[in-house]
Amino acid sequence: MPTPALPPQGAPDRSRRWRRVRRAAALPLAALVLSGCTVPGFGASPGDTTSSKSVFHLWQGFSIGAVIVGGITVGLMAWAVVRYRRKGDHIPVQHQYHLPLEVFYTVMPILIVFGLFAATLVVENKETSNPKTNVTINVNAFQWGWQFTYPGSNALVYGQTTQSPVMEMPVNTNVHVNLTSTDVIHGFYVHAFNFSRYALPGVVNQFTFRAENTGTFFGQCTQLCGLYHSLMWFRVKVVSPAQYAQWLATFNNPAAAAAAAAAIKTTNEELASGVASKASYTKFGR
Amino acid sequence: MTDVLDPPVHIEHHGEGHEEHHGPTGILNWLTSTDHKVIGMSYTVTAVIMLVIGGAFAEIIRAQLASPNGTLVSLAQYNELFTMHGSVMIYLFAGPFAFGALANIIVPIQIGAPDMAFPRLNALSYWLYLTGSITMLSGFFVAGGAANFGWVGYAPLSNSLNTPGSGADLWIGGLLLTGFSAIFTGVNLCATIFYLRAPGMTMFRMPIFTWNMLVTAILILLAFPVLTAGLIMLYCDRHFGTHIFSVAGGGVPVLWQHIFWFWGHPEVYILALPFFGMVTEVIAVFSRKPVFGYKGMIFATLSIAALSLGVWAHHMFTTGVVLLPFFSIMSLLIAVPTGIKMFNWIGTMWKGQVWFSTSMLMAVGFLFTFLVGGLTGIYLASPPLDFFTHDTYFVVAHFHSIVMALVLGAMAGLFYWGPKITGYLLNERLGKAQFWFLFLGTQVFTFPLYLLGLYGMPRRVGVYPADPQWKTLNDISTAGAVMIGVSTIIFVVNIVVSWKKYPAGDNPWDAQTLEWFTTSPPPHHNFYRLPQIRSERPTWDYNHPDHRSLHHGEHDVHGVHESEEAPA
Amino acid sequence: MKVEAKVLLSLGTFFGLMCAVYWNWSLENAGGVMMFAGMLLCFLPGSYYYWWSRRMKPRPEDNPQATQPEGAGVIGTFPGSSIFPFVMGMGAFFVVLALVFGIWLLVPGLGLVVWALLGGTAEGRRGGHH
Repeated sequence: MPTPALPPQGAPDRSRRWRRVRRAAALPLAALVLSGCTVPGFGASPGDTTSSKSVFHLWQGFSIGAVIVGGITVGLMAWAVVRYRRKGDHIPVQHQYHLPLEVFYTVMPILIVFGLFAATLVVENKETSNPKTNVTINVNAFQWGWQFTYPGSNALVYGQTTQSPVMEMPVNTNVHVNLTSTDVIHGFYVHAFNFSRYALPGVVNQFTFRAENTGTFFGQCTQLCGLYHSLMWFRVKVVSPAQYAQWLATFNNPAAAAAAAAAIKTTNEELASGVASKASYTKFGR
Repeated sequence: MTDVLDPPVHIEHHGEGHEEHHGPTGILNWLTSTDHKVIGMSYTVTAVIMLVIGGAFAEIIRAQLASPNGTLVSLAQYNELFTMHGSVMIYLFAGPFAFGALANIIVPIQIGAPDMAFPRLNALSYWLYLTGSITMLSGFFVAGGAANFGWVGYAPLSNSLNTPGSGADLWIGGLLLTGFSAIFTGVNLCATIFYLRAPGMTMFRMPIFTWNMLVTAILILLAFPVLTAGLIMLYCDRHFGTHIFSVAGGGVPVLWQHIFWFWGHPEVYILALPFFGMVTEVIAVFSRKPVFGYKGMIFATLSIAALSLGVWAHHMFTTGVVLLPFFSIMSLLIAVPTGIKMFNWIGTMWKGQVWFSTSMLMAVGFLFTFLVGGLTGIYLASPPLDFFTHDTYFVVAHFHSIVMALVLGAMAGLFYWGPKITGYLLNERLGKAQFWFLFLGTQVFTFPLYLLGLYGMPRRVGVYPADPQWKTLNDISTAGAVMIGVSTIIFVVNIVVSWKKYPAGDNPWDAQTLEWFTTSPPPHHNFYRLPQIRSERPTWDYNHPDHRSLHHGEHDVHGVHESEEAPA
Repeated sequence: MKVEAKVLLSLGTFFGLMCAVYWNWSLENAGGVMMFAGMLLCFLPGSYYYWWSRRMKPRPEDNPQATQPEGAGVIGTFPGSSIFPFVMGMGAFFVVLALVFGIWLLVPGLGLVVWALLGGTAEGRRGGHH
């Protein structure tokens, strides 16, 4: 391929103008996309992970489309209902077909749908990609609780129903989760991450989080899993990498490991005696 | 056009004349009748009873959720209640009401047929439906209670290890019976529509309701056998030691979801399309106009049917084991034909003479509620947004917008066709009161649920964290549910108050299709005479021979002096 | 008859295409098999109707200009009322209850089903001769 010739006199002006126009058009669009604050959230929140933010922006995009299309449709509906109320006994003109109009409102939705699909694909590919990481957590769901183990360390967290076992993870680090279930299907759902995934028996579901803020977030099983499904809670605690390393180290102490084991036993006994069913429930992390 | 002839068609009965029916009367008539109208009435009554039962479950559920630590029912009872609420509404009310009750009565009359193609099979359908309903509901009276694994019955929660007890088996048995009932009705509707149309009633002259019922019947035949097969597999897993859905023996739990939703998503359209059809008829009649874009409407219905077989796994996006882009684009595409329908409905009202009878109010209420449910459905077709909202109250709100729209459509159908079936009108004033309670109640009920979902409340929970915001939203939603309950009471009162009080006459609405050409209620074989059929509106053509349908650019030669909107 | 055939055949064709795309893309068998079966289920009656639509002259209901007398005549003979659907329904009910409460319920269940089959068939034949 020959190298492109230098543009003749006059052309740089044109291309610069174009660039300016393009930049002017791109700026508000980018602002719209980048700043979640200027555009309403339509009930959703940006969340605390990298992908939860892109999901939130997708949500905003869909919502803007829905408000526009819905507004036009409701407007037309209201106009038809108000303007064409029955006024007399005469028979209106019996128009039945208007091909150009019908083609228009067939083609328009198709274009919108493909636009939405393209936006979906972009966010979906980002969210389902599994970037390289060295922090892995194995999450095991069971009736009715969670067990978090950390390969490469002795750490093990286990808890049932409202005991809310805590999954600790470091901030600003890609955290890889291997999710599975020992009995029935559960749902691993952290609202602040705008994300949920089934815990399937016999399948290991993998995904990656990158939390951007420290804090404790409420999580809950979303897929009906039997009697105490309503109470199958957990927490996600995002801490600094240093704190995380310190926390992992506590499990190297045999006494701590014994305490964790004792806690597991207590949990089982509590559940058996039905105490867990009607405790007082407080909400964590929101 | 004005050429009306004597009964063109007759069916012979042994030992009977073909004009008057001298069958058994009373309870024996109910047990032995093969008349589609009698069977349809049985279906109607049974389905409305199921609506009331399912609605009562819903009210208990909402009362329980009015406070975070609801103590009205235990968690075990709560699981049974929402399972049976969903099962009753989906399996025992919405479907049977659409294709058993109204389609059974209306479709043969709309196409000028004397009865369904297989009258005895039709009766069998009803008996299977009734016994299936009894079977499923009797779960409440056995040890261990009714099924409690959700109306979707996800394996392995529904296996004998996690859900022992006969309640689950009764649920499976009830579904088998109603499933076969639906399949038989589907066969019957297809055969009736293909073979028993009146002369001149070509396929593209059938009313939209009949078209939608035909497509529904085809979908029933495609989808229900899959469910039945799945249920048999589930039963084998529970009792014969197979491991089709359990990991322990090498089975695949997700297979149940594939099978269930391969039935379950077409089922959504099996529920919706009949009500689309009802609303289409109602809007056209009460706007005194033909259905706008009649052919486009049919192609939209057919494309919904075509796409419906390829979207099932959008219920399974969060399983992590399905092909996301395929199901995403297919699900999004469903919005296109649905949008066409929406604009056709508006186009039908456009420049019409919109008469706000109760039926039309219900239909307009349907349009709005369905629009809300439809637009929120588009979000759920996008996997990232589905990960975010799956199994939260957002999904619950979405499909309750849809199904409450269908209830509004069902009411539009009942108020519209009730006079044809019974011969008597319902009280319009009570009807309008019912509409406002039902319509506003639906919005008050669903809108807080959308927010609850976005704030992270999962579905199918009997107790929830004591967050004041969650509680407020739940309380508002419960208030909406109470309003819907009030509307149901008004409806029942209306039936009692207007019992045989307001005679309807043959054609009280100046309607367009063939069922309004015969008497109300129709005679045993539906017609004493039939008009010539030259369009999809034979009764209208007969009553208003000068007002035929117009294409784009055509001018109405007679309309100029009658309508101020007439083109110059 | 032609329109009926076209509706079913085009639905079946669409399912076939969708099946090909899905199966090749996802390599997931359950959905592929079910879509393939859906295609067959549309082709079965669709091709039957298509076959007949080329061999028979249009029926009055397919003729846009048909007049009502063209459809005159007996179109079928059916019993005006029949107890056998009810009997069959009760039989099926007992068969299902046998799945739940015990195999012995199959005795009344299958008994009723057989009675309904025999009785219903006999009734149909009688009707046919009438």
